[in-house]
Amino acid sequence: MSEKTDKERKHTTVSIPIPLYEKIKKRIEGTGFTSVSDYVTYVLREVLASLEEEEKEEVFSKEEEEKVKERLRSLGYLD
Amino acid sequence: MRTLPRPHGGRLINRVLSDAAKKRVKDELPEMIKIEISRDLAVDMENIAYGIFSPLEGPLDSTDFESVLYNMRLANDIPWTIPIILDVSSEVIRDKKLKVGDVVALIYQGKPIARLFIDDIYSYDKKEYAKNVFKTTDVKHPGVSKVMQYADRLIGGKIELIDGVNNPFEKYTLRPLETRVLFKEKGWRTVVGFQTRNAPHMGHEYVQKTALTFTDGLFINPVIGKKKPGDFKDEVILKAYEELINHYYLKDKAVLAILRTEMRYAGPREAIFHAIVRKNFGCTHFIVGRDHAGVGNYYGPYEAQEIFSEFPDLGITPIFFKEFYYCKKCLGYVSSQICPHSGDDIIRPSGTIIRKMLVKGELPPKEMMRPEVARVILSFDKPFVE
Repeated sequence: MSEKTDKERKHTTVSIPIPLYEKIKKRIEGTGFTSVSDYVTYVLREVLASLEEEEKEEVFSKEEEEKVKERLRSLGYLD
Repeated sequence: MRTLPRPHGGRLINRVLSDAAKKRVKDELPEMIKIEISRDLAVDMENIAYGIFSPLEGPLDSTDFESVLYNMRLANDIPWTIPIILDVSSEVIRDKKLKVGDVVALIYQGKPIARLFIDDIYSYDKKEYAKNVFKTTDVKHPGVSKVMQYADRLIGGKIELIDGVNNPFEKYTLRPLETRVLFKEKGWRTVVGFQTRNAPHMGHEYVQKTALTFTDGLFINPVIGKKKPGDFKDEVILKAYEELINHYYLKDKAVLAILRTEMRYAGPREAIFHAIVRKNFGCTHFIVGRDHAGVGNYYGPYEAQEIFSEFPDLGITPIFFKEFYYCKKCLGYVSSQICPHSGDDIIRPSGTIIRKMLVKGELPPKEMMRPEVARVILSFDKPFVE
């Protein structure tokens, strides 16, 4: 296994305005977040996940659905 | 309006070969390199193929493995906490001249389970694995003990399922595509998943029913597979739940189906893994109780709840509960979050007491376990794993 730390292996740098950085730094005081980077990562993951949730689509076709219903009926899960 | 969540990673994985492709692969089998795998691994290949472990398409390669170990995420940042791996010894790799690019057949008891397109062959540190996943290297921990017995090399790559492993519980087996159709057919927009490895006592029932008060449906999804001595046998858990549902649940509100995978006893990490799997089945919510997937005293009682704060992008909402018990003063089943009483006023549905009584052939008090459920358990000669 490589001896690089996870930070070295997995992170890159993005720029944010310094006033925003200061604001976040103040906001995370006394919370579980140990750095501005951790907080920004958390927020971005949350935002991206909620955007992806809005793009829902059916994961099965009509044809698949009918086939599945047959099995569900045979097992007693559907009447 | 809320709809069922997208599968983890956005796409429900399907790595099951069509009948025609299966026939072709079976014809090629005599020429293929074969690797023997354990039953647990064979079942997990099936879980990958049917999308239960979406977005995985095969055992992890070294990049994903290290990322899961150290960051609790796949290399593409998708949350994933338990390494799903294929271990093979250096001797097998040498004798069979295995290399990246080979396509091999994974065999269980002479039966071809899957073909694997090898992307990576790598070494790993078992202690690092144990320390990160189980938070201990103590070999008394059943998960650590298993890791220490793994072969010394790992193989990563995509699989294609040829045939499943013999399944004595086919009647109770649903795949994510099937549960998603079922939930849709029932008109459920919110579904709470319940993970269990026990026959139900009153505490379990009230946890489930409390969650069900706020969702359209309940998906009871016991883990069926290798467990530790003293755990309830699989068939006992299923029969006990059937009895409970028949007597005490609304017919159209609860679905019972199994999850075939081994318990890892990885506490907090396994709680996240269990939630991801239920998201793939179509659950919007997931119940996390006290000491979820824990064993011994390796994890704090609510560590498996706390870890969810590290995953804002999990895509399934955890529901946290503390303890449910019968309160003589409140005259009913309550939780420590709403009942001010303690001491002799409360009767806890203790798993240890229930087990001891059942072993002696006695019915536990009705405040601990429904008599119908206890009678079903007692109808088995040996209800516990030995």
